[in-house]
Amino acid sequence: MSNKIKAAIIGPGNIGTDLLMKAQRSDVIEPVWMVGVDPESPGLARAAEMGLKTTAEGVDGMLPTMREDGVQICFDATSAYVHAENSRKVNEQGAVMIDLTPAAIGPFCVPPVNLADAVAAKAMNVNMVTCGGQATIPLVAAVSRVQDVTYGEIVATVSSKSAGPGTRKNIDEFTRTTAKGIEVCGGAHTGKAIIIINPAEPPLIMRDTVHCLTHDDPDQEAITQSVHDMIAEVQKYVPGYTLKNGPVFDGKRVSIYMEVEGLGDFLPKYAGNLDIMTAAGLRTAEMYAEEILAGKFSPAAA
Amino acid sequence: MRLSNVELKGKKITVHDMCLRDGMHPKQHQITVNEMVTVARAMDEAGVPLIEVTHGDGLGGASVNYGFPAASDEDYLTAVCKEMKQAKISALLLPGIGTVDHLKMAVDCGISTIRVATHCTEADVSEQHLTMAASIDHLDTVGFLMMAHMIEPEELLVQLKMMEDFGANCVYITDSAGYMLPDDVTARVALARAELKPETEIGFHGHHNLGMGVANSIAAVAAGANRIDGSMAGLGAGAGNTPLEVFIAVCDRMGIETGVDTFKAMDIAEDLIVPMMDHMVRIDRDALTLGYAGVYSSFLLFAKRSAEKYNLSSRDILVELGRRRTVGGQEDMIEDLALDMAKERGTI
Repeated sequence: MSNKIKAAIIGPGNIGTDLLMKAQRSDVIEPVWMVGVDPESPGLARAAEMGLKTTAEGVDGMLPTMREDGVQICFDATSAYVHAENSRKVNEQGAVMIDLTPAAIGPFCVPPVNLADAVAAKAMNVNMVTCGGQATIPLVAAVSRVQDVTYGEIVATVSSKSAGPGTRKNIDEFTRTTAKGIEVCGGAHTGKAIIIINPAEPPLIMRDTVHCLTHDDPDQEAITQSVHDMIAEVQKYVPGYTLKNGPVFDGKRVSIYMEVEGLGDFLPKYAGNLDIMTAAGLRTAEMYAEEILAGKFSPAAA
Repeated sequence: MRLSNVELKGKKITVHDMCLRDGMHPKQHQITVNEMVTVARAMDEAGVPLIEVTHGDGLGGASVNYGFPAASDEDYLTAVCKEMKQAKISALLLPGIGTVDHLKMAVDCGISTIRVATHCTEADVSEQHLTMAASIDHLDTVGFLMMAHMIEPEELLVQLKMMEDFGANCVYITDSAGYMLPDDVTARVALARAELKPETEIGFHGHHNLGMGVANSIAAVAAGANRIDGSMAGLGAGAGNTPLEVFIAVCDRMGIETGVDTFKAMDIAEDLIVPMMDHMVRIDRDALTLGYAGVYSSFLLFAKRSAEKYNLSSRDILVELGRRRTVGGQEDMIEDLALDMAKERGTI
């Protein structure tokens, strides 16, 4: 018997499949279920080939056996609209829900910023903000842990090919949820998020700009050090998280220019925006798993 | 292009002034509420039927990235809308920057037209906003495809149709880079006119970077467009928009009916707009480069500033932005790119 915590992935699309590939390398997570709604889904077929149990009946198809299958952690890689129902159902079966949609019904989790707090709070639902949030909020926090940030703004530019139909249909949820994450996790008094979709070929690697306005004149040395430290933290789970330029200081403005290249597991390398989401989701699950394995946390129906 | 006064004589079109939105770019978004009211009143009096009032980058554009404006969109719109006797007010919204919350706020302020703008290949991000706008009674709902020179007319048509399907009663072909020549405009507008629903209006928004604003707009009208954007004295991004007073005078000569008093339009341009300019909005070397290299017009001042800060040529920066096929809204790329170029060339 392996000492891994069993997990289910809901949503066999690009994100769910990439997450599956990453989870298979994990020392503490063992993916055992892939849940979809379309029997023709190539993602379900792929998961079945890899030895997972699958269903095309949605979460309901897994519920009857998920307890006996030992599922203690679920990932939701579907959409904000169905997330609340999915979460309620798996929570009832005593599994923690890690939300990769922008539904944001649980507390936000940005691993290098507040993962320990999120896990310590033993929340049964944690939300991974948005891809742009995962890529930028650590840097807002890197500035705000040095000194007061009155305003934090991020610009996420993603390739057209990496912006899926869910993001496109609900682009406002992206901007709202990211802005809120900049405030709640990033520590800025006011947050603003902008997303740009660029169709250039070959597809551009995700790029992110973080602008902070500090209350007092920025302590350049301390902020620069804090930013470099934070980047090293993120690189532990996203090696392609790269500082391109900055921090640039201009009066009270601090600007940081980043590029995020993915690992290229299932998603192409340019889709760093999706990669950082799956990597952060898995990182969060692993922390939960470690707590469970250490006997410090036993997820239970609320 | 074969045009004659006879073909277009008596054709009625709607002109749409951009001074108080696109004109925010050369003013670095610092037009005051009072200036907006003064200019809008004069245009109302001159018979301009539609006037856009918003941050240069649309509702919610107030940001480090694009610039913080002198007043909020809400303050501008509230002040201007209540002063209008015949003119209607429009607002611009770029999904990814503004949200439907901003849209509702603008409607509450009294706008009659909302224009939802996306890059020419990304119309599907406008679904939330166009659908919402189309559900509001009497709200003129417009889709606006930017940088339309970057794709072929057939590809553009697919995107225009998508906006029509989401509920737009008017769709725009937008030459954000001022790159198009009259034949490019004719090909795009004519195909759209032939394939879209007959009741869907077609608009053209030009920039004057190659000096083609007026000629392109006339080509658009000849090919079936009936809404034309311009701005008095050309106050707009890059070398400015199609100079509206010039376009109106040309329409007069051709018998195209705009409903605007030509002399009053000239006076607004000369007496109100030109004195407001922080720098002469004209086809200088950098603005010409925008049109020549196909670069988003509002990048102009950002490139000039970064060039000065990092000892580079603004033209080099703009050409490189064009080569990388940057799209509208990527202002954050300019300082990043300038830093790369400066490191490479040892200028910092």
